[in-house]
Amino acid sequence: MTLLLEARHVTKYFGGGLLDRDSTVALEDFSFAIDSGRPSITAIVGESGSGKTTLARVLLGLVAPTSGTVLYQGRDLHALSGAERRNFRRDIQAIFQDPYGVYNPFYRVDHVLTTPVARFRLARSRTEARGLIEDALRAVGLRPEEILGRFPHQLSGGQRQRVMVARALLLRPHVIVADEPVSMVDASLRATILGSLRQLNQERGISIIYITHDLATAYQVADNIIVLYRANVAEAGDVERVVKAPQHPYTQLLITSIPQVSTERTWLNEQPVAQRIAPGQTGCRFVERCPVAMPVCQTMPPPLSRTEPRRVVACHHHPDPAGAQQNVLADMFVES
Amino acid sequence: MNAPGMNASGMNAPGMNASVLRVEHLRVSYDHPLGSVRAVDDVSFSLRAHERFGLAGESGSGKSTMALAILRLLRPPGRIDGGEVWLDNIALSSLSDDAMRRLRLAGIALVPQGSMNALNPVLRIRAQIADALGDHDMALSRSDLAARVRDLLGQVGLPPEVAEMYPHELSGGMKQRACIAIAICLRPKVIIADEPTSALDVVVQRQVMATLARVQQDLGAAVVLVGHDMGLMAQFVDRLGVMYAGRLVEIAPIAEIIAAPRHPYTQMLIASLPSLERKGMMQGIPGLAPLLRDLPPGCAFHPRCPQAVARCRTERPVLREVAGGIEAACHLA
Repeated sequence: MTLLLEARHVTKYFGGGLLDRDSTVALEDFSFAIDSGRPSITAIVGESGSGKTTLARVLLGLVAPTSGTVLYQGRDLHALSGAERRNFRRDIQAIFQDPYGVYNPFYRVDHVLTTPVARFRLARSRTEARGLIEDALRAVGLRPEEILGRFPHQLSGGQRQRVMVARALLLRPHVIVADEPVSMVDASLRATILGSLRQLNQERGISIIYITHDLATAYQVADNIIVLYRANVAEAGDVERVVKAPQHPYTQLLITSIPQVSTERTWLNEQPVAQRIAPGQTGCRFVERCPVAMPVCQTMPPPLSRTEPRRVVACHHHPDPAGAQQNVLADMFVES
Repeated sequence: MNAPGMNASGMNAPGMNASVLRVEHLRVSYDHPLGSVRAVDDVSFSLRAHERFGLAGESGSGKSTMALAILRLLRPPGRIDGGEVWLDNIALSSLSDDAMRRLRLAGIALVPQGSMNALNPVLRIRAQIADALGDHDMALSRSDLAARVRDLLGQVGLPPEVAEMYPHELSGGMKQRACIAIAICLRPKVIIADEPTSALDVVVQRQVMATLARVQQDLGAAVVLVGHDMGLMAQFVDRLGVMYAGRLVEIAPIAEIIAAPRHPYTQMLIASLPSLERKGMMQGIPGLAPLLRDLPPGCAFHPRCPQAVARCRTERPVLREVAGGIEAACHLA
């Protein structure tokens, strides 16, 4: 079986190389895989600086990893031939955070839709192109007559973001990488846009990598979740299990930090108190903020342990029942 | 902007002052070449001492405009064209610009949205707090000033070293705390916080809101929290006003709003929030917020309202008391 998209032990440093003391670790030893046979939605959740956007850019081939490899259909992204690269560009689509910055204000909205049609020769005639574009717009819940011919400033943020989803859809990709697609649109529109993504996954078999800081929307749309904390995976697995019974103290902190619409008001009280442990160079990244840190957490980074068939956790409180394993994260998402 | 029935001295209505802040029939317009647009239309509410009041709504609902109008910080093309804001028994419209400037921070203070840009990047935090104190004739000796700054930073949970730092050396959460320290430096009666945590991640948001709640209690101040996150409102405020297209459509104690929202818009606003309890509960609000320059007749929400009846298309509902302490502007409530 050839995997569609795979990251193997990907590490990315910014500023200097591996031995440079001033370099910033954005992503450390990350492995992940998407199997084209089983389209899924994977949420990648983390706070600012956790490495989630770096991960998106690495998977899209926009930045090269410092070490490790990203493979598309079993071939290293950086060894793709021209034709293979073209296929990759078409098959893996991106949706970015800012629905304002991606448009050229001097061009009509049509421009972002007609360009990929022309570039990838998706249609043989103007009429056929128009038909494709209208279908894509309808698929994301937009009325083509309200969108085409307009300038970007004449559309709302939510409409603009849905046009970006339609653009990705035009190319019939297998994977869409969506980096914070709803963080700049109103709460009332988030549900609609995330609903379109869910629909594309279910009806068209597109795998979606949903990158976000918002655990609640991740829970609503995703099947799998990967929680990143300072360049490392803290916890990953089936979204239902991770959200309902989080094992990593960071996941627990994230969940209790979300203000809930409830008449029970406990949110402002009970701040978890971190143990004052000096940050270790070598230990767990979360040790400074962890309420249950132990001496070992300062000196040894916790390995990813597979605590359940579809869950891994990097925490010394949850040692692996089967002993340390290689590549547990990548395996977990592709094994049936 | 003198509303009828108010005397020129700005002192009025003795005996009505159980509230620290009263907004009465406030109207704000933005001038535009295609005709002026009313962003806040006849909004009234009052704030009791120590109360936390929320103003919720989508972008464009007029909530931030209202916050700026209360502080008289609107800039052209925005202008107040009716109504009055009372702080205790002072009518803010009666004050000179200079008197209003002195009242800000001392009587009513703003914690701005996205404090990334609210601080001066080339001044140390100490200098920015000293500016606020100095501008209000608080002539302090060097050592008193240092003590006051240390005390203020301590109140918002920042270490004293922060005084000597520049904004770029602080994290987002620390900057927001520094803004709270400036806002409380003259012990205002009312703090207006305009989406104070919209740029922060959830863990930091919770810490900053806990800090705001604590300083509010220490000062005995009232807070107006402007925002769109109903979860944050549910956990922080005592009463909530929901705005739609420049008008208040519902005001009620927060527990009532969560348990039984009366206005269909409030119901949908709550339903649009993703839950961590159950999957598939998140629903969007169909359609788009109306253009203020071209509001639909009748109830402004009727084109998006699943419960609308014929009357909603023709007759605009007024905000009225539908149960004890609960007001809603809906024919069906």
